[in-house]
Parts: sequence; structure tokens; C-alpha cells
Amino acid sequence: MAAVFRAEGLGKTYPGVRANDDVSFAVQPGEIHALLGENGAGKSTLVKMIYGLVRPDNGRMFLEDAPHAPHDPRAARVAGVAMVFQHFSLFDALTVAENIALGMENPPPRRELAARITQVSHDFGLPLNPARRIVTLSAGERQRVEIIRCLLQEPRLLIMDEPTSVLTPQEAELLFATLRRLAGQGTSILYISHKLDEIRAHCDRATILRHGRVVDSCDPRAHSARELAAMMVGGEMRLIDRSGRQAGEVLLQVRDLSLPAPTAEGTALKSVNLTLRAGEILGIGGVAGNGQDELLAALSGELRSVPGSITLEGRDLSTEPPEPRRTAGLLSAPEDRLGHAAVPDFSLTENTLLTAGARKGLVRGGLIDHRAARRYAEDVIAGFDVRTPGPGTPARALSGGNLQKFVIGREVMQSPRVLVVNQPTWGVDAGAAAAVRQSLLDLARQGAGVIVISQDLDELLELSDRFCALNEGRLSEPVPTEGLTLDRIGLMLGGAHGMEEVRP
Amino acid sequence: MIQLVPRQSASSFWQIATPLMAVLATMVAGGLLFAALGHDPLAAIRTIFWDPLFGPAASYSRPQLLVKAAPLILIASGLAIGFRAGIWNIGAEGQYIIGGITGAAVALAAYPAEGMWIFPAMVVAGAAGGWAWGMIPALLRNWFGASEILVSLMLVYVAQRVAAWMAFGPMKNPEGFGFPGSRNLQQYPAAANPELIAGTGAHWGVVAAAVAVLATWFLMSRHIRGFHIRAAGTAPRAARFAGVRPQALVAFCLGLSGALAGMAGLFEVAGPAGQITDKLGVGYGFTAIIVAFLGRLHPVGILLAGLLLALTYIGGELAQLTMQLPAASVQVFQGMLLFFLLGFDLLTRFQIRRRVTA
Amino acid sequence: MMIDPLSVFLLLVAAATPILFAALGELVVERAGVLNLGVEGMMITGALAGFAAAYASGNPFLGFLVAALGGAAISLLFAALTQVFLANQVASGLALTLFGLGLAAMFGKPFEGVKAPPMPAGPLGINWIVWLGLVMVPLVWWFLNRSRAGLILRGVGENHEAAHALGYNVRLTRLAAIAFGGAMAGLGGAFISIATVLQWTEGMTAGAGWIALAIVVFSKWTAAGVLAGAWLFGGVTVLQLRLQAAGVAVPVQLLSMAPYLATIIVLVLISARQKFSRRAGGAAPGSLGTNFHALR
Repeated sequence: MAAVFRAEGLGKTYPGVRANDDVSFAVQPGEIHALLGENGAGKSTLVKMIYGLVRPDNGRMFLEDAPHAPHDPRAARVAGVAMVFQHFSLFDALTVAENIALGMENPPPRRELAARITQVSHDFGLPLNPARRIVTLSAGERQRVEIIRCLLQEPRLLIMDEPTSVLTPQEAELLFATLRRLAGQGTSILYISHKLDEIRAHCDRATILRHGRVVDSCDPRAHSARELAAMMVGGEMRLIDRSGRQAGEVLLQVRDLSLPAPTAEGTALKSVNLTLRAGEILGIGGVAGNGQDELLAALSGELRSVPGSITLEGRDLSTEPPEPRRTAGLLSAPEDRLGHAAVPDFSLTENTLLTAGARKGLVRGGLIDHRAARRYAEDVIAGFDVRTPGPGTPARALSGGNLQKFVIGREVMQSPRVLVVNQPTWGVDAGAAAAVRQSLLDLARQGAGVIVISQDLDELLELSDRFCALNEGRLSEPVPTEGLTLDRIGLMLGGAHGMEEVRP
Repeated sequence: MIQLVPRQSASSFWQIATPLMAVLATMVAGGLLFAALGHDPLAAIRTIFWDPLFGPAASYSRPQLLVKAAPLILIASGLAIGFRAGIWNIGAEGQYIIGGITGAAVALAAYPAEGMWIFPAMVVAGAAGGWAWGMIPALLRNWFGASEILVSLMLVYVAQRVAAWMAFGPMKNPEGFGFPGSRNLQQYPAAANPELIAGTGAHWGVVAAAVAVLATWFLMSRHIRGFHIRAAGTAPRAARFAGVRPQALVAFCLGLSGALAGMAGLFEVAGPAGQITDKLGVGYGFTAIIVAFLGRLHPVGILLAGLLLALTYIGGELAQLTMQLPAASVQVFQGMLLFFLLGFDLLTRFQIRRRVTA
Repeated sequence: MMIDPLSVFLLLVAAATPILFAALGELVVERAGVLNLGVEGMMITGALAGFAAAYASGNPFLGFLVAALGGAAISLLFAALTQVFLANQVASGLALTLFGLGLAAMFGKPFEGVKAPPMPAGPLGINWIVWLGLVMVPLVWWFLNRSRAGLILRGVGENHEAAHALGYNVRLTRLAAIAFGGAMAGLGGAFISIATVLQWTEGMTAGAGWIALAIVVFSKWTAAGVLAGAWLFGGVTVLQLRLQAAGVAVPVQLLSMAPYLATIIVLVLISARQKFSRRAGGAAPGSLGTNFHALR
């Protein structure tokens, strides 16, 4: 049987980075083919070349034995390639039908298109109303729009870039059922992920990338998750040391914290309660957009709340802005490194001034002590093994992992009483992720309280003593992490957002 | 093929080089324009850029340099702080006019009293008037989310009409034989803003401009508030995370730039202009925007850019007299300067490489 | 004083026409994700270019054609800066306004004091260009909401990253939109010089371009909203002129503030509604005012 897609010796270089090097692999008809690799292994560049967004420097591609060299995504679509993006390529203010029309080469007239959307989406068990605007849809529904947009083109090769990162486990199951059905009808699927369990459960074949090169190609069902991880990372994973911690006195108390949604797209917090003790790590799970950013902002001081809702060691901080909260010992690190936790254009030295001015004495009486700031930046760089030419380097020049180490290090080295982090290892390579996690465990061991907000359930299970879920701005009762199953967590995360009725 | 590669941080070489390139390119393009209009391009450029300082009539025109540069620098220093924070006050012209009116109002109310307090009180009143006029867009943005760009600009037209009303109505000189315009403050010693050192053109506005340059330099490079302003301009969410309150920042930036523009207006009315007329606004508020950009929003750059644009004003007048060049050619020059600067700015943010094709 | 409602309405429609053209053009530009603050500069360019061509040829319609071309031509300076040289849109728009005002003042000197050729009346005694403006409203609506090109343009304005990922040419789309906006602003400016004032004076657009920008905000980025905003502004202008003519005991200078104050009030009201309403949609395009650079 001829391969649907073949790559031969693909290579792509960006200034300073060899993103892909001599990449060859083939996808068979009706196959769900995994592209497995760490962040930065070159998966995204590879699929962008297939989809015509990036032109390869060398190598050739074939689609059903015809040369495939799309000069833009439209050419790729005409050739039969469709793609579902990780960060959805949707237009928020436009309707479902308009979004789908933009993804098609020759869309039928409006009414006809709306009818086809309704029909195809029902056939696949992914019902959609073509007249709704994207802003009103949940993450799962948005993904359906992307998928239906692809399906209407009847592609031969469907590329999916980390599709389950925004889904609950139940929603992910539903997605795999859809993919199975598509594969059964002969569509080939190129599935990008770094989640080993889902690849082992659902994929027929896996091509593993490391540092832009193919290191192996195998049947993922025949290997253990540990073996796949070793191929992906190239060596043994660092083990995490969880020892030596015990819960002490209550540090942070959140009582009946409610906040209206700060923006039209935001989520309101609804009567959130939590208690954090010294030496404890509390994990907060949830699908993106369920109030994680708002909870962090309410704790950091970016959003103020009613008196009595947030107290640190008996002191009411609810109405205080960020600076006094830091002085009191409540520190935080937001999810978005570039633009929220750090100013991209500023040097690392200047970025210390963002949060460490008071606790580290970098700012006195409003005056900046540039030398002290530089010293502190050097300390963080040394203490957290941040790979950078020096403290004068702008934040945007650091890799995701190194900047994350700097951001976490900047807070941890201020010896907080309580540290709140959101998505501490998102988009970070395995080495840096392990370092960040270990630093959080060490901080707790020294008697601080840590709150980890994350969408990565494995990370939460690995780090936290207690687990609770954030769902539409409500926080569930915490449960001990020991003995929790993924199914139980899935239910805590709010099930499948009304998708149960269409489960096969 | 040419490819643009974003730089990790702005190139400091090009940050200094591009304004100079823009000035040169403006001279070349301006020369071509004058040639097209049938003038000798080299003579025109020399008349505008050289003669005011070193030409035959330089002893008259040289003091004018400081007279014209002072309001530009004073206004641009305030505007630059807002621009750094992404707050676009483009209505400095209106704040300048209102500051001139409120400052003059103190003098006209006090007339003919004498006293050391009168001139300082006028300066305070001028700054307060400009501050208040700048706070209108600030509050409307904070309370209702109205664009400060459009509101501050609309208020320029309102201020121009306020000035006309004052000149024809409430502030009309009762001894002015029915002509529009207020009393001439230059003839009222307690309220006048005279040349401090003969032959230099330096009046109190020049002193204020020098202080403004130093103070804004200190604020932006040594004080945490300046750090917060810079952070807010490039990464607003990070600034909020650091503890910046966006609304307070809007009020601070618009209020400060309004107060400085108002002061500039007062110094002009009490000094070179002498009186309130309907032609009170002469465009300093708009030219100061160019000064701020050409000076790279940096106090020292603004100082140099202010002097350069003052030169184009004087040179333009000279060229109008000696070569019959149209008066508006200065405006064209200034517009071109900003165009070239914005265009060349690409070099500070991107590297230009030749694309290698396999 | 007798007030005939129909004639007042016709005055209002005529007074609204320059703003209507400019705001419709800017609407398309902003829907493509570009904020061009240079409307005033493009209008004054159109006012002069149109007047000069009409005066030289004796044909006012040729004047309007030249005005549209002139507006489009000068808008390409802004387009080059923002789309090719990736300069800040706010600063580039301001530069365009300052440059346009200066250029028009410089080249306009020879045309001061001469009269525009008369315009033949159109159907129902209403100026042809007024009709054209009214026809443009449904045309722009249809283009934005019903045509494929309009859908792509809105996509580019809403999320340029996504539009690029789907293979649409962000830069080319925006260049075309900016040129259209320039042509429309030029027509609006020429209406002032050729059909309203009938002569050329320096700075004669008097902030109309800025008012047009405010009206785009007021319209919530819809063609019908632009028409409503332009007529509202036309109404204020006509009312103010009537009051002046009737000799109301308010100084002329204060009465003539009315259009600017009305613009501020309208801007505040509409911004407040958008700020305090929880409903999404109908607000500014997602990518408005930001530049796009793709690394390939």
C-alpha cells in the first residue's frame, strides 16, 4: 500500500537554530501517526512545512507519490492537507460559519454552508450551531469548529497539533472516537503530542523527534511510557525528591472570594475557599479558561477583593495592591512568561525590579539601586542555572525553559511565605521542568506554602499533597492526592461539558 | 530576496544613527521638493539650516533659537513620558492654549497691581490650566474608556475657540480701541516674562525647559515610577503585575504633560507673544510630537531635537523672506522628518539579511 | 423664522457627507485591523487636489476623481510605513496628518481666492456626490458582510495570526484597505472644497478627519452606524449654524465648539456602553492597531 504522505530529508534552519535536520518518515492510509517529542524538538516546524506555512531549506515531500511543495496553506489545502492548530486559528468576533468559510477554498453559498455544517457536525457527534460567534464557545466547542472546518474539505491528511491540551479527559476520549472513525474511513492523521499515555492508547505508529532529528520510529503500543520518554528525552529522567515535608500552621486563608469577570472573555470567581498550611503544596487543576488567571490575579493583588477574603498569617491583604502583598510575603508567578511575569524587552536585571524591589532592597525611597538589581539577577542566574550570556540579556532572548527558571527563581529566592504559580512548566523542556518542580518542593520543605495551578495533571499528582479543581470559577473541596485516579479527576474538572449525550 | 529578522533588543547604534539619517534624508527630499518648485535646492537648505546660526543676519536670529526651542522641549518632555507608557496625548496644543489663558487671567485680574507674587502665580495658574485640560481626556478614558487620542485632539479645536472668545470677549483690552486681543503683558512689568540675559533669547521658559529635561531624565532612569512607566508601555500586563495601577498612570501622564504644555503656553503669552489673541496656538503642541519622536523619547534626544526643529522654524521664516519659499514648507519639512524617522526606525528593530535560497 | 423640515434634513445630509465618506473609508481600514490616524491629512490632500483639478479643468467631477486618487496616493505613504517598514501606526498616522496639512498648505497658495466651477444638481436637486455617499453605505455593508473579499478582510482584522496561518496575505489585504480609505477620505475632503465652501482655504477640513475617526468608534464598526453618526454630526452642525444665523445671544466662538463637544460626548457615551456591557461582539476588531510580521 502506498504511503499517503512521505518526507525525505527535510531540513529547516532559523537564525541560530537548526529546527529540522534530515527528517524522513511516512504516513500510511487510515493510520493515526504520532509525532512525539519534547518542546523545541522541531515538531511544529515540521508540520508547518507540510501545511505550507514554512518552506523547507532542503528535502522533499510527497503526497500520494505526487511531489508536495505548497507555497502557502491554501495550496496545501487544495492538495488535501488540513490542520487543527494548538492555539486555535479562529476569529473570535466572527460566526462559526464565517470561520469555516475562511478555512475553505471554495465555500458554498451561506445557507448551503450552514446546512452542511449542521449536518456534518451531527454526523460526527460534534453538534455545532453555525450562527454562533466564536467568543461564546468553550474551548472544546472551539476545537470542534476547527475539526469540522477540516472535515468539510475531506482531507487525505489531517494534522492535529496537541489537540488534547485544552480538553478534559472525557472530552479527549470523545475526540479519539472521532479520529478513529475518520481513520476507519481512510483519512490519515498526523497526531502531535508529548502525552505518552494517549499516544500509547490511540496511535498506530510513532515517529520520535529529538533536537530536530528523527531518533526512532516504532509501534507505541509495544513500548512502555518510560521507554518512550527515554527515546524522547534521550536518557533517564531526573527523579523528583518529595521527602521531608510536613504540614504546619495555616499561612494563607481564602474565604468566600468572589470577583466579577475582569474582561468580556474572563471568568468570574464564585465563592472560592481554600486553606494553605506551611510546608504544603496545594494543586489546583482545571481546563484553561476556568478562572486560573483570575485566581492568580486575585492572590497577586492585580485584582482586589472584599475585605476579609484573603488573609496571610492573620493579616488581611484583600484590598492591598501587589507591592504590600509581596512585602508581607505573598508572591506569585503568572502563567504567561513573556509579557506578564517578565517584560520581554527589558534585561534580566531590570526584570528583577518587577517584583523584588522591596524584599531585596533593590528600590529604596523610590530610587532604583541598579547595582543591587544586577547582583540579584546574577544570583538568580547562578542559583537556578539559567543559561544566558548575562544579566544584561533581554528576557525575550531566553528560551522558554531558561526564562521560566529565572521567573520562578526570582520569586523563590525572595524566600516567600506563600508562593502561587500558574502553569509553572508549560512549554518548558523536560530538564527545566524538573528543576522548576524540584525548587517548588524544596521551597515547601523549608516551610513555605505553595499553590500550583496547572493543566498538567501528571505534574499536579507528582507535586501536590492535596488536589482541588477549578471549574467555571468555582473551586472544589480539596482531596488528598494519594490514590486519586484520572477518571475521578476528570469528573472533578467538570466532566465533558455536556458532551456525554453524544458519546458512542 | 531580503528578509527581516527581528532583533532581540533594539540596536543602540541605530537608535542614534537613524535620527541623523532621517535629518539627512529630509534635507535631500526637501531639496528635491524645492527644486521642483523652481528654487535653488542648495541655497534653500543653507538658508534653513545654516544661515539662522551663522549667516549674515545670525545676530538677530540666533536668540530666536532658544525662544522657539523652549516651548517645544518643555512640551515634548511631558509628551515623551506618556508615549513611553502608551498613552497618547496629542492635544498638547490645546493644553498650551488653555495654560496661556489661565496664566494670563491671573495677570489681567491683578492688573495694575505690582508684586513679586504675580509672575509665579501666573506660572502656577498656567500649569494648572494645562493640567486640568489634560485631565479631561484622562478622566474620560478612566471612567468611560473613551480614546484619549480623539478626546485630547477634539479639545484642541475647543481650546482654539476658547482663545478666540477670550480675545474678542472677556479678555479684550478695554484700552485697545476695539481691536481684539488682551492687554500686552510685556508692558506690565510684574507679569512679563522678559529676556533674562540680553541677546540670548533666554526667558523663564528656557529655564523651565532645562529643568524639565533634567527632571524627566531623573524620573525615567533613576526612579521606580519611570521604570513602571516604561514597563507599562511595552508590557502592560507585566506592569500591572508589578503593581502599576493603569488608571493612575493615565492620570499622571496626561496631567503631567498637560501641566508642562500649559506652562509653555504661559511663558509664551507673558513673553514672546505678549497677549491673548485668537492666534495663540501656533502649532508648538503638534511639532512637539515630532520633537518627542525624533529625540527617541529620551530627554537628551528631546533637547537636541527641540533645537533642530526650532532651527527649521527660524530658517523657514528666513527662507520665506529671502527666497519667497512658502511658509508651509516648514510644516512639510517637519512632516517629512517624522516620516523618514519612522521608516528608518526599522533598522533599530530588525536586522536585514539576504535570504539564502537552496 | 420658518423651518421647513425637509430642507433642514437636506442640509443635514449635505453637512454629513464629508464625514460620511471619510468614516466609511476608515471603517474598512479599521475592519482590516489598521488604525490610520491620518484621515485629516488625507482629507485635506483630497480637498486641495480635487479643487485644483476642478478649477483647472472646469469639471467638478474630474476634481472628485483626482481627489480620490490623491487621497489614495498619500495614504500609500502610511501604508508603506506601517506595512513595509512596520512602524507604529499611531505615530505614522499622526505623521500623515501633519505632512498632509503642510503639503496642502504649501501647494494650495496659488489657489487661494479663486472659485470652484459650479456643480450641476443631481436627481431631486441633490448633489451627485451626496448621492454617491449614500450609495456607498449599502455597498460597504455588502462588501464587509456578504462578499468573500470582505470576509477575508474582516478575518485579517480580527486575528492576523490566524488569517496568515490559513494562507491569506495580511499585508496585501491591508494595503488595499488603506488605499480605499485614502480614496474615500480624499472624496470627503473634496466635497468640502468643491461642493460646500466652493474655494480653497488653508486648514479648511478643520478637524473633520478626526471627527470621522470618532464616528467609526461610535458606529461600533458597522456601515449603518457610520451613517447614523455622520447624520448626528451633520445635525449638530446645521443646528449650530441656524442658531448663529438666528443671532442667539451666545458668542459665535462658543457655538462653533458644538461639533467638537458633541463628538466628545458621543464618544464618551458609546465608549461607556461598550465598557460596561458584558456582551461581546460588535466591538473593535481584534488586531486593530497592531502590526504583523511573519517569519518564514
